[in-house]
Amino acid sequence: MFFDPSVVDTAGFILRQLASGALLTLEITLLAQVVVVVMSFIIALMRLSPWRGLRWIATVYVEILRGISALVLLFYLFFILPLFGIRLSPMTTGVIGLGLTFSAYGSEIVRSALTNVNRGQRDALRALDFDPVTAFRRIILPQALPFMLPPMGNQLVELLKTTSLVSLISLSDLTFSGAQLITTLGQQTLIWCIVLVCYFIMAWPLTWLVRRYERHVTAWREGSSS
Amino acid sequence: MNFDYAFAWSILPDLLQGLLVTLQVVVLGFLMAVIVGLVLAIAQRSKRPWLHRLSSGYLSFFRHTPLMVQLYVLFFAFPLIGITVPAISTGVIGLGLYYGAYIAEAYRGAIESVPAGQWEAARALDFDTATTWRRIILPQALKPMLPVLGNYLIGMFKETPLLAVITIPELFQAAKQIAGMTYRYNEPYTVMALMFLAISLPTSLFFKFLERRSHA
Repeated sequence: MFFDPSVVDTAGFILRQLASGALLTLEITLLAQVVVVVMSFIIALMRLSPWRGLRWIATVYVEILRGISALVLLFYLFFILPLFGIRLSPMTTGVIGLGLTFSAYGSEIVRSALTNVNRGQRDALRALDFDPVTAFRRIILPQALPFMLPPMGNQLVELLKTTSLVSLISLSDLTFSGAQLITTLGQQTLIWCIVLVCYFIMAWPLTWLVRRYERHVTAWREGSSS
Repeated sequence: MNFDYAFAWSILPDLLQGLLVTLQVVVLGFLMAVIVGLVLAIAQRSKRPWLHRLSSGYLSFFRHTPLMVQLYVLFFAFPLIGITVPAISTGVIGLGLYYGAYIAEAYRGAIESVPAGQWEAARALDFDTATTWRRIILPQALKPMLPVLGNYLIGMFKETPLLAVITIPELFQAAKQIAGMTYRYNEPYTVMALMFLAISLPTSLFFKFLERRSHA
């Protein structure tokens, strides 16, 4: 079988472009996930706080961010904020926009996991006179984490997919690299299919890990039933 | 930079026109997703291994790839195989195929919650598979599913700005065009965001109410 060297060249070119795009996609996913985790905890704790004002602010935050879509928020940050003199780089815009959108969903995950911790545990903390920070860190959080991680993992997959939106605010992520390759090479359908496969290869292992973890934390339940 | 109410008012008709297209695509896409999801969910429970595997592969692939890139593929692949469809149909098909993979999961949960005794009774009474599905299982599975489907409907509505990338003149595209023509970004994008909120907030409250009532 004879290979035309130009085919190998083109394949190498496609590979390099997509690899650099994929790297940026992973970078944005990771940074946005940090925003998601931090904001999710802050908002969840606000929603569970005894002060009505804080609860109210947190509810409004969640409802508004869940009500408008990620792309609308990204465009808003990208085009409207500069008019008020706040200039963010596309990267920061992408990370903040996606981070805020997903934190609205993430805070619900954190909140339901925290409220899932047994009532008796809370009463015991009260009785033993733990200070709130130690109580949260040593008793509540370790018990809530197994409830929290699987849905958080699934959300991370959604986040990874949604990062494709940042290609529309001029960040050269995987989708953007695909579009660029098409302007030089044509072959739209082929290249978009390759891009799809790249996303699948990045996202699927995450789901696999989540499933493994879920099986791991529920193993005791199956063991006791059989 | 201040908000010009007169300008915002003047672009309202264009944006409403876009909103109308958005709602059209969402409703049609949702109907398609409900059908695709049902087919996938039934295929998941099929005893034929190839059908089961095909459906699993579909679910896995569509749930692990971004809708935007799927739309690009559909948009360019249809003309390639000699089918010319308007962009709106491509959008409806794209949304339907993507959300079908999610709705299939909702069906699965609902179908699994039908007690096994119902299957056994249908078997004992010698119902054939199609009748069992149509008359026994689905009517019992569908009712508790309605609020879940509602959440997907809202989710779909919020994904529609993506359809702008394949040139569908929906709400987001309309706002973008106005912004591009007038160099005024504040009004179109703000009015668009408010329109999204005005539709998604009440519907989400409505489905929350339905959910609470069905649990009570």
